[in-house]
Amino acid sequence: MFVPCGTSEPDFTGFTLLMPAVSVGNVGQLAIDLIISTLNMCKVGYFYTDCLVPMVGNNPYATAEENSTELSINAEVYSLPSMNLMALQLRSIFIKYKSKLFCEKLISWMKSSKCARVIVLSSSHSYHCDDQQLRSIPFRYLLTPEMEKSVGETLQKLHWKEMEKSKSFPEIRDSGLCIRIPGGGITKVLYTESCSKGIQMAVVLKFVSEGDNIPDAFDLVRYLNDWLQIIKPQECSDPTTSVSQWKMPSSWRLLFGSGLPPALF
Amino acid sequence: MAATFFGEVVKVRSRAVTEDEEDEEDPWAPDNPEDREVRRELERKREVEVLQTQTNLSLEIPLLEQYPCSKFIMAVGNNAVAFLSSFVLNSETWEEIGSTKLWNEWCRTTDTTNLSPTDAFCVFYRLKSDPTVFLCQCSCYVAEDQQYQWLEKVFGSSPKRNLQITILTSRHVTDYKTPESSCNLPSPFLKALKTQSFQDAACCTLLEQPNIVHDLPAAVLSYCQVWKIPAILYLCYTDIMKLDLVTIEAFKPILGSKSLKGLVKNVSHGTEILKKLVTTNEIQSNIYT
Repeated sequence: MFVPCGTSEPDFTGFTLLMPAVSVGNVGQLAIDLIISTLNMCKVGYFYTDCLVPMVGNNPYATAEENSTELSINAEVYSLPSMNLMALQLRSIFIKYKSKLFCEKLISWMKSSKCARVIVLSSSHSYHCDDQQLRSIPFRYLLTPEMEKSVGETLQKLHWKEMEKSKSFPEIRDSGLCIRIPGGGITKVLYTESCSKGIQMAVVLKFVSEGDNIPDAFDLVRYLNDWLQIIKPQECSDPTTSVSQWKMPSSWRLLFGSGLPPALF
Repeated sequence: MAATFFGEVVKVRSRAVTEDEEDEEDPWAPDNPEDREVRRELERKREVEVLQTQTNLSLEIPLLEQYPCSKFIMAVGNNAVAFLSSFVLNSETWEEIGSTKLWNEWCRTTDTTNLSPTDAFCVFYRLKSDPTVFLCQCSCYVAEDQQYQWLEKVFGSSPKRNLQITILTSRHVTDYKTPESSCNLPSPFLKALKTQSFQDAACCTLLEQPNIVHDLPAAVLSYCQVWKIPAILYLCYTDIMKLDLVTIEAFKPILGSKSLKGLVKNVSHGTEILKKLVTTNEIQSNIYT
């Protein structure tokens, strides 16, 4: 259920909703963090649900002492009206058996909020890639039939690759085809539900392995930016300068734990 | 699969996707009636109930909708519970009004009416002189799927804003992230987290990012943040998780806070009770005496 931070209900009509799937390496969540932090999006409400494990902490995007003590919870909605953008950030995992219920609640909110389209940032296990996928770029997309009509051509012009369908029963020759997103969490359920409910949704994912997934998140937002042009694309192709274009939130510090005891050395 | 620093190959569990979830989404997974029955039975067993002390019956409506409340003070975990027991519960006359009945892997207390001292529990008290002041002593583990149920049964889904909540709990110091080494931390120490509508000053510094809090305290604080209820959570980072005098004493600055101020009459008497409480527990847990 969406609960606004302020007293009035914000208007999301015609907005593009960006959201992560809680997936392998948390790449989608990290990418959404980068977008919120870079665009300095404003928190407008909470997606309060009993499907996610509770967690609280202080403002993950704090830039100064003054805004560092705003409490953050597990699912929050941010917006940037000047660009017709909104973002839903998920910060914890699903409670067992609750992921389907979450998708249902989310889809009904997508409909009632009147946002124009939804973009899901996700990831999939790279070790599941087949030979053909290994030889091409590590990004894939999926469009619901409603979305295909409006952006299908644009993505083809960008030479983006659609997620391949795989055989339902691998060893059988005439087996039907289906979409598999191993390690993608709710990605597939959200996508199939959105197809049947007529929601304009695009899934953009990267094949990754678990580890330090910060570079994957940068790759994913840069790739997404080719399409959405959220920030001005970099002039030179030097990858070291592009890192600074996206602002890492302050909460990404100490990703690998506290400092080491000096007595070790 | 991943290789560790020492070279062994271990199977890592994904941070994001559990194996069960994959199974759950498999359309070919057998969803036979027997499985469903087992799952439903388990759900029934894990249901959270609030029992009224007087009648020993399950409450039909949420606890705080049944009784008006202006101040709700709760302790989660043994050390916080012992702190409130010795300093607050012993200072005034409190009346026990209810307790929660819950079952999970870590909390198997089935008989909540006749608790033995070693049983885990979650009991609610009301101040005799001002019945709108509540105390909740929760020493049992409330599982992830039960935390929202707990909120619903205690606070209800239509929250009141004229209420102030204070939560006390402790965490292991290794959970605390700092740019320095955690060996140099002066544990135990206090940190606080507060909701936007909490206007009073905290008795200690606020928890810095990237530190976060999980479990029941997080569930309560999230609920308060979303429904704009003033609430504060005090966390005591300690290196001893069992009942420990030094850890409990670390909560002492909170006695001066606005929410606890009028409730504590005699601090030195409380300290004495606390010492007794800890030593009795020590003797019980020592197999060599």
